[in-house]
Amino acid sequence: MSETMPIPLLIRLDDYTPVLGEPEVAELRTLASRLQMRTVQMVNSTAMGGGVAEMLNRLVPILQELGLAIRWEVITGGNDFYEITKAFHNALHGGPYTMPPESFDTFLAYNEQNLLRLQMEAEFIVIHDPQPAALIRARRDHIGHWIWRCHIDLSHPNLTVWGFLEPWVKRYDGAIFSSAEFARHLPVPQYLFYPSIDPLSEKNRDLEPQFVRSILERFSIDPKRPILTQISRFDRLKDPLGVVRAFQIVKRYFDCQLVLAGGGASDDPEGEAVLSDVREAAANDPDVHILNLPPWSATEINALQRGSTIIIQKSLREGFGLTVTEGLWKSKPVVASAVGGIPLQVIHKHTGLLAHSVEGTAYQIRFLLSNPAIAERLGQQGREYVREHFLITSSAKRYLTLFLHLLSES
Amino acid sequence: MQRAETAFQFKTVSYLLRIGSEMATTLAQLKQGLESCSDASIFNHTFQTLSRHHFLTQGFSNDFAQWVLASCNRPELAEHLASLDIRDYLSLAELRADLKRLVSEYCEQNPQQAEQSAFEPFFFYEAIGVEVPLEMEAWTLEEFRNGLEKLSHASFHFHFIASRLRLQLRTNDFSYWLESRLGLGTLARRVNRIDIYTNTLQSALERIISLIEKELDS
Repeated sequence: MSETMPIPLLIRLDDYTPVLGEPEVAELRTLASRLQMRTVQMVNSTAMGGGVAEMLNRLVPILQELGLAIRWEVITGGNDFYEITKAFHNALHGGPYTMPPESFDTFLAYNEQNLLRLQMEAEFIVIHDPQPAALIRARRDHIGHWIWRCHIDLSHPNLTVWGFLEPWVKRYDGAIFSSAEFARHLPVPQYLFYPSIDPLSEKNRDLEPQFVRSILERFSIDPKRPILTQISRFDRLKDPLGVVRAFQIVKRYFDCQLVLAGGGASDDPEGEAVLSDVREAAANDPDVHILNLPPWSATEINALQRGSTIIIQKSLREGFGLTVTEGLWKSKPVVASAVGGIPLQVIHKHTGLLAHSVEGTAYQIRFLLSNPAIAERLGQQGREYVREHFLITSSAKRYLTLFLHLLSES
Repeated sequence: MQRAETAFQFKTVSYLLRIGSEMATTLAQLKQGLESCSDASIFNHTFQTLSRHHFLTQGFSNDFAQWVLASCNRPELAEHLASLDIRDYLSLAELRADLKRLVSEYCEQNPQQAEQSAFEPFFFYEAIGVEVPLEMEAWTLEEFRNGLEKLSHASFHFHFIASRLRLQLRTNDFSYWLESRLGLGTLARRVNRIDIYTNTLQSALERIISLIEKELDS
């Protein structure tokens, strides 16, 4: 049924010292010194693919190296379970729920089945997302600290599904959300934990300028002229058509290029339609580079971001927007929509520029192209902001602080 | 070298952010939130702002001022809020009273603007601190300088900025120790005069280290 994931140990905590500085790494060790061999279980529903698994792949080894006795468990289920949890996911984002009423029993039965294999006896148990939320029924006599980490936006959930999940969530000692906007009113303490990126991953590690240039040239992008880039899957909510329109306005004033790079068009009919519309809107402009990249293109995306003059994220709706975090980390000036988690990262005129329309996006891009010194300052401040708040080491620090806080409360 | 009778114990603090029950989409709601939010929330949106944005040297005094400017487009009120200097306050109650007064006065004088919707809502968060002593202490000025060189931003903020609320004095942990334990009153006052609004935390720390080095050289 469920499986315990082997913990990868390729990157060591010391590898983060050049990124964070010695005092910050030492502080992590100090905080962890009070949690030596305390038991922790992280539970989610997938070992690979998706942001949560990607984050746990990095977070769990860090916490283990810091001396916590941590285990990462992945629940499993049949196709029917995953169909139900996918329907849950869409419904919690506000969509309709069309599964039959007995789907709730099936959901609970799979949670129960997982409990037969899992030993839920750690001192700190962190359950990620709705799929394993009902595991809390294993809790006896309020032993251990149970936390529900919700990675999705619950601001406008389908009430049938939320009505089913809420009683389970209320049994936890606390809940963690990525933004106050994504949270619900609950009778348990709710904490804010930002999502994070790993500065040492393929997508974010430093690259040699020569390599960046070679990637640009491979995609026939001219490194000598300004490059405006949006990295996103081809999805209407990312508004790639709006980006093309903004670019067309900017191009009246500046000789520049647009890169729209992402995936999701090969296995998704809607993505294919969006891609086709974007190509039509670009009208064979040789300065618009539309790159439908395969999922294993992390290094290429890294290089495209690093080679860009400005990073755009003109989403109509957004979760947290980790592509914005990635752009900021690379010291790039960012022009982004004020939606979802983006304003948490892009503080207008401090770490980037926010816009609310196609015309506004175009104006902010023109402003930055006219004022490279301001663009550079925003980029540098954006990187510092990410260093402080949105790196995987910050996530580790938040968990250590939460565990220490829960211990002090009990 | 002079040795203090009591060592300086370096500590650090790490903060959790708890989502509060208050939020504001208008200035009138900000006023209500300021009345009902917890002290931990006032602390988070004023004292902690300097820690979260420690690399900025201008235009970011506290979260309330930033929201009023960026989301409500009310630069006059934003300026007034930004001009509150946390070094003038020894209690969060006093700081809250002044924040409330400024927002209330503006709302009374500008009733229409008070009800206008902001671009983005303001969410009140509480800062919950967990203090941990570092394995570092200083008995002499040289040891103190060596300790400062190893401090994280959080630890520096804890000793240099948030300390006023703990000490209930218009000083900071460093100056207090330098004066009361080593008798270095002049150095203590110079350290206390460093402007935390026009420096980054890092540059403020470097200035303190530089002042101590001058003292050691003399």
